[in-house]
Amino acid sequence: MFSFKSVALFFASGLLVLTSAAQAQTTPAAQIAGYTAQSGQPAQTAHGQEFFTGKHGKEWSCSSCHTAKPTVDGKHASTGKVIAPMAPAANDKRFTDAAKTEKWFRRNCNDVVGRECTPAEKADVMAWLVSLKP
Amino acid sequence: MKKNLLSLASAALLALTFSGAAHADRSYAVAANARHQQECGACHVAYPPGLLPAASWQQLMGNLGKHFGTDASLDEASAKEISAWLKTNAGSGRKGGEEAVQGRISKTNWFVRQHDEVSAATWKRASIGSAANCSACHADAAKGNFNEHQVRIPK
Repeated sequence: MFSFKSVALFFASGLLVLTSAAQAQTTPAAQIAGYTAQSGQPAQTAHGQEFFTGKHGKEWSCSSCHTAKPTVDGKHASTGKVIAPMAPAANDKRFTDAAKTEKWFRRNCNDVVGRECTPAEKADVMAWLVSLKP
Repeated sequence: MKKNLLSLASAALLALTFSGAAHADRSYAVAANARHQQECGACHVAYPPGLLPAASWQQLMGNLGKHFGTDASLDEASAKEISAWLKTNAGSGRKGGEEAVQGRISKTNWFVRQHDEVSAATWKRASIGSAANCSACHADAAKGNFNEHQVRIPK
């Protein structure tokens, strides 16, 4: 009834779907939902702004490189390299890859806060960035 | 006949040597590595691997958690791939074989000598900022092109 070839093709195409699903692009909203589920509290936009623009006992704030209104280009505080806007409204590539989001939170929170950020802090910051209009 | 062939070959070799020496700057161009471009190039010019010897790259890659005052740590797979690629394409010789000084390319003797006509005030211009910003003056730095004749120092 089913030839070996068609069965093999079926599994191969299934594998293809699985592979592309693993690299599937995500959305800012989906990631905020993930962080609020972890923290057990809703995202607070105002907190996000405060956290992003304020210093946390170290030399830099998030806005040192990303500006206090991240709908515009930022600039790396030590190398001077231009950094594309963080607000999704100004840069639709932002927060579309969950692993990338996590990588940068991990490193930059370490630089700015001296520890990893909590899920609540990540949700707040993202909610504020998402709320920004160019 | 044999003798003629030999002299022809040595003439060709000589011509090759001279055409190489005729370039004011050697090229650091290598086939790009996508991960190197993406990860290293996110914060600064993706410095061509030929600017430092393998030992310096190895040291730098082993200390990404404290990378010039920032956390530049990578996932294991990316770090491994980039390290291997840096090692394969690492520098040697007069301009690229000298180990990093205080971890920096810009503090090597050859780099300092090469830039000795650039004043301290020029380095500090807002359009340049620091010696880390190769592409301010060498537009194609990320591609390994540091040709002296293509340098444009911004105001």
